[in-house]
Amino acid sequence: MKSKKIIEDGIEKRDFASGGEVSSKLKNKLRKLGIDNKDIRRCSIITYELEMNLIIHSEGGHLKATINSKAITIETKDKGPGIEDIDKALKPGYSTATDEIREMGFGAGMGLNNVKKFSDDLEVTSEVGEYTKVKAIIKLKS
Amino acid sequence: MKFGKIKNKLNLKTIHAEEGIEDLDVKTACGADLMSDVLAFSNAKSMLITGLTNPQVIRTSEMIEIKIIIFVRGKEPLKETIELAKENNISLFMTDKPMFEICGKLYNLGLKPEKMVKIE
Repeated sequence: MKSKKIIEDGIEKRDFASGGEVSSKLKNKLRKLGIDNKDIRRCSIITYELEMNLIIHSEGGHLKATINSKAITIETKDKGPGIEDIDKALKPGYSTATDEIREMGFGAGMGLNNVKKFSDDLEVTSEVGEYTKVKAIIKLKS
Repeated sequence: MKFGKIKNKLNLKTIHAEEGIEDLDVKTACGADLMSDVLAFSNAKSMLITGLTNPQVIRTSEMIEIKIIIFVRGKEPLKETIELAKENNISLFMTDKPMFEICGKLYNLGLKPEKMVKIE
């Protein structure tokens, strides 16, 4: 099945000022494509959590979203530091965020958990010291 | 319940009001200082009560279509936050009261909590 790229953007580490811009851009594009509102909301939540994860935790990376007639796929790949225990990282409430990040309203330990909750299929792979890759699939309703 | 009624009952100060916002029918609300907790709710078009004032609050609200934000504990949002809210047609209000009191009053007025369920 042929997939079309909707966006592909770089995300800088600790760039809190731009946090959410990629998600906002994707949301507007999905709206123009006439995607169902609930599907847009799921995509927006997933993209936003992943975008903030890259800003908060990673050394930078990029986010790509593609669409075909059945589903939207959101993928991120970063330049490390990697996740040692992925099962733990997916548990609600588990977080390695600093107090500074918590003061901004993040680091609740719900990020990846929210991604899992709102996606139909989620793959997280990581190599410590190298990268973390996330692939979330959102099946379209119509 | 019309937002105009809520605004009067809670004596909210307006920071930025979109046209017609007082006529918006508010059925549920969400009170949180952690943005991922806000995203875990996800029902559209509700109202957020928070003590966080940075621009991320607006981004978070934009993602799940929150139209009204009430800042509690006398916190004024940053200039960037207000600008981003205007761009996204989100109305901002504030109060000196703590979150617990505002949520309690809203509950008494008949607003119900959002359901924490997965979007079907």
